[in-house]
Amino acid sequence: MTAEFPPGLLLIVGALLVPFIKGNLRSVYMLALPLLGIWQLTALEPGVFGVMSIFGFELTHVRIDKLSLLFGYIFYIAATLSVLFAWHSDDLVEQASALVYVGAAIGATFAGDLITLFIYWELVAIASVFLIWAGRTNRAYRAGFRYLIIQISSGVLLAAGAVLRASETGSVAFDKIGLDSPGGTLILLAFGIKCAFPLLHNWLQDAYPEASVTGTVFLSAFTTKLAVYALARGYAGTDMLIWIGATMTALPIFYAVIENDLRRVLAYSLNNQLGFMVAGIGIGTTLAINGAVSHAFAHILYKALLFMSMGAVLYRTGTAKGSELGGLYKTMPWTTGFCIVGSASISAFPLFSGFVTKSMILTAAAEEGYLIPFLVLLFASAGVFHHSGIKIPFFAFFAHDSGKRPREAPINMLLAMGLTAFLCIAIGVYPQPLYALLPFPVDYTPYTTTHVVTTLQLLLFSALAFATLQRTGLYPPELRSTVLDFDFSYRWLAPRVVNWLMDAGGRAWITMTSGLLPMLRGLIALAFKYCGPEGVLARSSQAGSMAMWVLVLLATYLVLYFV
Amino acid sequence: MTEAPVNDRAPEKDGGKRFWLDDRRNVHKLFWALVVVCSFLFLSDAFYEKHVIYAFENWFGFFGLFGFFLSFALVLTARELRKILMRDEDYYDR
Repeated sequence: MTAEFPPGLLLIVGALLVPFIKGNLRSVYMLALPLLGIWQLTALEPGVFGVMSIFGFELTHVRIDKLSLLFGYIFYIAATLSVLFAWHSDDLVEQASALVYVGAAIGATFAGDLITLFIYWELVAIASVFLIWAGRTNRAYRAGFRYLIIQISSGVLLAAGAVLRASETGSVAFDKIGLDSPGGTLILLAFGIKCAFPLLHNWLQDAYPEASVTGTVFLSAFTTKLAVYALARGYAGTDMLIWIGATMTALPIFYAVIENDLRRVLAYSLNNQLGFMVAGIGIGTTLAINGAVSHAFAHILYKALLFMSMGAVLYRTGTAKGSELGGLYKTMPWTTGFCIVGSASISAFPLFSGFVTKSMILTAAAEEGYLIPFLVLLFASAGVFHHSGIKIPFFAFFAHDSGKRPREAPINMLLAMGLTAFLCIAIGVYPQPLYALLPFPVDYTPYTTTHVVTTLQLLLFSALAFATLQRTGLYPPELRSTVLDFDFSYRWLAPRVVNWLMDAGGRAWITMTSGLLPMLRGLIALAFKYCGPEGVLARSSQAGSMAMWVLVLLATYLVLYFV
Repeated sequence: MTEAPVNDRAPEKDGGKRFWLDDRRNVHKLFWALVVVCSFLFLSDAFYEKHVIYAFENWFGFFGLFGFFLSFALVLTARELRKILMRDEDYYDR
């Protein structure tokens, strides 16, 4: 099997068979598909395939190079692990849409032109919303619609940008795009929505925590990292991205500290991690790009692991709220352990995956002289340890005893978490295989004394701050609450503005109908009275009476003449 | 933290079994162990040559102090933000 059969299409076509396979066999089949996909990728040579010409534009269905291959591999790996995690599920809609979703994301990764990219881009949006609706709650239903509207808008912007670019350059090839044309700006906005740029980000925190236990694991891996890939391809070295990325790393961590739903906390930290990648892409040196894409690779694994562990908690206890949880380590020790591995990885502890990838971005930022972004990223690194590294495992598994004694997660979930945790540690301990996959040759040693010691200092002192805040009671307790974010503008403000406008319009109408209309009626009645069929001014008269009146006039004239 | 004594319901729930962390003294031990580790890490700056880019990174214990105080500030700021941003759980559903 070669690239003649486009990599993503394998899963999309494969999804069509899912309804016809029953029981465990269906899970086996779903697991086989991404494994087959990985095998296909190993057999591929760099190059372009499936080139066709439509309306004078050259479309490239499959482009194989190091960048697309890296994302292809990790997407297939994430799909394999997620399917394993969801082995027990028999929700047909969720299973089929998950396969289409993954397939579309992979198809988009290998797309060589903007039109093909657009088609897969929209398919990603449509397939993924079913994973949110698979939560099967009213909240999920509504969050899904908000998500869909925003995701489709991203696709519309991409299409508009592609059309503008085609008219500007005469080509729809998906290579470096840059910001020097209106088309480029629109496409950046499209990517920015999917990448959860500040103020374009809220669909992520809104929708992901409402998805099903297994759906969120799928969702966490693909949509946003597809956007990271697209940014790395089209906008490497765009200065503005450094600042956008730095903002993205810093803002969400404040929310993560006070948010109660632990899956939403993870969504905020996902957003924060994307910021590191975006900043790396903005810096644009080979070290920074290597850092950004390898961080995406590592991130997909540890973020999936964290969502899996919180998913397992939700599956067993029925809630993922910090205020309701605590003390679960007693009966879910394996899940606790795997969660801690995920936490250590996202916090970039030495020997865990985040350490060998994120440090490239920070080093690049410092080397290129971006002082303020460097400090912000450093602050965010301490912050991410605070909320993802400590808060998540602490409030779920330790903290005050909730009295809940759920059973340990099902074996398939444990297996999926175990494998993912193994990969997180393996990358951290032995990063060379990952480095070999990166788009540029790697001349970077993560394990230097300086780097290990300074990282440990940053993280453990941050832990000390957490412990001190806990002991002094200054740490904000987990409370059942909603924390207002930018979605306030379209979930609260916009409906009220529209309602107000409708009200004002209604009032204007009533004023008009109750005040103005009677006056108008009076005017018409008056006109009718004098000019209507019976009106004095329009009365028709007989010819005889006319003649008589003329006679009277003439007689009067005669009398006056003689007087 | 809540005012309720920590893990008060634990023993009977777990068939009389007490976990190591159920004992508050062990939690204190963990905290002081962390303090000791942090002190060693702080002092370790004296024993190796830092290879860094900016001069301020060379200040003694910079990364530790940076991590501690900014984390502290992060949490306290977030706490204050709650006053402005926190609403009831069903805020959007009403």
